[in-house]
Amino acid sequence: MPSHDVLLVGGGGAGLRAAIAVSEVDPNLSVAVVSKVYPMRSHTVSAEGGSAAVIKEGDSLDEHAYDTISGGDWMCDQDAVELFVNEAPGEMLQLEHWGCPWSREPDGRVAVRPFGGMKKERTWFAADKTGFHMLHALFQTSLKYRSIARYDEWFVTRLLVEDGRVQGVVAIELMTGKIQAITAKSVILCTGGCGKVFPFTTNANIKNGDGMALAYRAGVPLKDMEFVQYHPTGLPFTGILITEASRAEGGFLLNKDGYRYLQDYDLGTPQPKPVLRSMELGPRDRLSQAFMKELDKGRTLEGPYGPYVHLDLTHLGKKIIDTKLPFVRELCLKYENIDPVSELIPVRPVVHYMMGGVHTDIQGATPLGGLFAAGEAACVSINGANRLGSNSLTELLVFGARAGQAAAEHALQDKPVSAGIEAQAADEKKRLEREFLHKSGGTEPIAGLRGEMQSIMEKSAGIYRTGTLLEEAQAKVAELKERFRQVAIQDHSHTFNTELTAALELSYMLDVAEAVVECALHRTESRGAHQRIDFPQRDDEGFLAHSLVSHRPDDRPKVEYLPVTITRWPPGERVYGRAAAPAPPG
Amino acid sequence: MAETITIEVARYRPEEEGEPALQSYEVPLNKDWVVLDALNHIKDHVDGSLSFRWSCRMGVCGSCGMTVNGEPKLTCATFLSHYAPGPIRVEPLKNFPVVRDLVIEMTDFLEKLQSVKPWIVRKDDPAPAKGEFLQTPEQLDEFKQFSMCINCMICYAACPVYGLDPQFVGPAAIALAQRYNLDSRDQGEQERLDVLSQHEGIWGCTFVGECTEVCPKNVDPAGAIQQYKLAATKDWFKSFLMPWSKQ
Repeated sequence: MPSHDVLLVGGGGAGLRAAIAVSEVDPNLSVAVVSKVYPMRSHTVSAEGGSAAVIKEGDSLDEHAYDTISGGDWMCDQDAVELFVNEAPGEMLQLEHWGCPWSREPDGRVAVRPFGGMKKERTWFAADKTGFHMLHALFQTSLKYRSIARYDEWFVTRLLVEDGRVQGVVAIELMTGKIQAITAKSVILCTGGCGKVFPFTTNANIKNGDGMALAYRAGVPLKDMEFVQYHPTGLPFTGILITEASRAEGGFLLNKDGYRYLQDYDLGTPQPKPVLRSMELGPRDRLSQAFMKELDKGRTLEGPYGPYVHLDLTHLGKKIIDTKLPFVRELCLKYENIDPVSELIPVRPVVHYMMGGVHTDIQGATPLGGLFAAGEAACVSINGANRLGSNSLTELLVFGARAGQAAAEHALQDKPVSAGIEAQAADEKKRLEREFLHKSGGTEPIAGLRGEMQSIMEKSAGIYRTGTLLEEAQAKVAELKERFRQVAIQDHSHTFNTELTAALELSYMLDVAEAVVECALHRTESRGAHQRIDFPQRDDEGFLAHSLVSHRPDDRPKVEYLPVTITRWPPGERVYGRAAAPAPPG
Repeated sequence: MAETITIEVARYRPEEEGEPALQSYEVPLNKDWVVLDALNHIKDHVDGSLSFRWSCRMGVCGSCGMTVNGEPKLTCATFLSHYAPGPIRVEPLKNFPVVRDLVIEMTDFLEKLQSVKPWIVRKDDPAPAKGEFLQTPEQLDEFKQFSMCINCMICYAACPVYGLDPQFVGPAAIALAQRYNLDSRDQGEQERLDVLSQHEGIWGCTFVGECTEVCPKNVDPAGAIQQYKLAATKDWFKSFLMPWSKQ
């Protein structure tokens, strides 16, 4: 069995940042990056708009913290947010030193742009391909560390847990089909989000909640899984993201009458130039909810792929679009045959980000010994009930680094691999063969089950939810999990078997769907991205607490609550586009 | 009945077949569909054993490069309607060993990429806490284009030199080496020149510029190779005429 000190599952931004952090704690520690895709294919690559960190005069850490906490509808742990905003600038400067091609001011300093829900301009950007450049800078930098070994295109199927601690994983090498245990003293889950649980998402095909499901199955609770972010501006049909930066640069959202409808939803009054924390620069949850209300009023447009509104960039001019938003133009031209320089872009809300994830503390540690998580796969939580745009790229640096350091420290306490690990790995190999590779006669096509899951999730766990619909989803997901036992696998070969991986990914998504529905059903209030039509008010008495959902074999999942950590910002009203915003303390 | 188009896909399952063979499928000719959508339609509804790589479906992850009617393309950015009435032939990228169906083996590139030291090399190592390296927008523009490479392997599939001599470092890796050489924050040009000069392959590059022509992100690897050759020649003359000038 190959053995390492620290093993990362996932090689995106969080995983690579963590890997480098381990190497910097101690270059003698052996690090393994195990990823089902080559690291530069990871979904960090698709992030567009930017990454937030206080760097300019006139801004302050407290303001970044307050924007994040109010943006998250007071569900963020404030100790986590405080250290996040505090460590963010250092991490961003580190990435600058590693070569990330940040956009610049004429004097050579790093440039920043406005972003939704942020009261100051603090979003660093590399045109509108920020995630792409961050990922490639991290990946290319990681190549200089000799202690980092990569398992490219290895698909993890299980965490190996014995004696109350994680001791490695079982993974399939896709190229050969070999099923292999890889042991490690610490394991960090950096597998990103789970957007593919829904039918219409900005997320890549690989975003199936793998790490969340692996942890859930190992008995680790998932936190705040009911908080699913809809980004207000995705292209119809493809779900391709049109970055919030397009509104930060001055884009307008228009309904079918050409009216800036956000003014009707307590988000401020329209101005010709963008105003921070106002109108189009409000938070994503409020903007996506406003779309649904416009839809109810019959003021959206109707296309072949459903209702939509218009994003208008025409008044920005070609120069701004080409320098600040070139990718937006490229995507619109390529996929919609529309030139945003002169035409309106059709957009609609689209599933974008999971605020919830594997329950961790501020070091990235989960309740299971040796297991850590970082990035979108984790929930620390700095994002609360609604993440602010441009906080997630920073989060994967700050908490990727912290998890890497903590995992390295943990690995330095030398503990031997338990005797039972080899048998456990052998059992997992047998399970994969029994349930998939050697199985014939299955009757349930993968695409059919996946489609049914996605459609019930959109119907019941979308922007607005009700108890009745969630109960329907609860029953449906349970039924789908049962039917999954009869999944049809035609492909029994070993070489790059993507039918096998699609089946395994579906099983992960069904677990994630179960967790989302269960948490959403239990939270009988409305907060941030979780809006219950049957419980429209925020309830701080009952629910200023994180949901922790735990898997129970042969039973419904268990949901418990953990109080939110409040340090300096007591719960208050979320105010956008009005002057009444309370000043942050200090 | 909606309009359809025939798509011929190269199938190869090494555990069952000795060599690749084409298999035809009829897929809906939806005007919004790209070639990748058609492959997914086949995988989901016709034949689950068809294997190919894909992820972002927005032309930035670099996974889904394949040969479409003889040309290397990102299949997520190549529309079916462009090829109507068909047929469309989809094959794996040329110049690479085929693992299965449309999946190629690309570990060779990963090794080459690492060999050109694609990271910032500094003689000093100032702490990030002291602030950013200053870099003007003009200095950024010097290398920005070469930093747009998504490692999709399309340039390698089009490169006649790589096809004949797999030792050739290749267009993308050289472009990325240049990306760092031209970055005002970097001090590693000499180290990279030493690596690149070790192999003769680059002199075989005939400047037909196929790589630049096919690049879906307008990276211009041929331009990078041109620049590199010039630098290498200068370096050679310098070391020949002024051996003391090299450290």
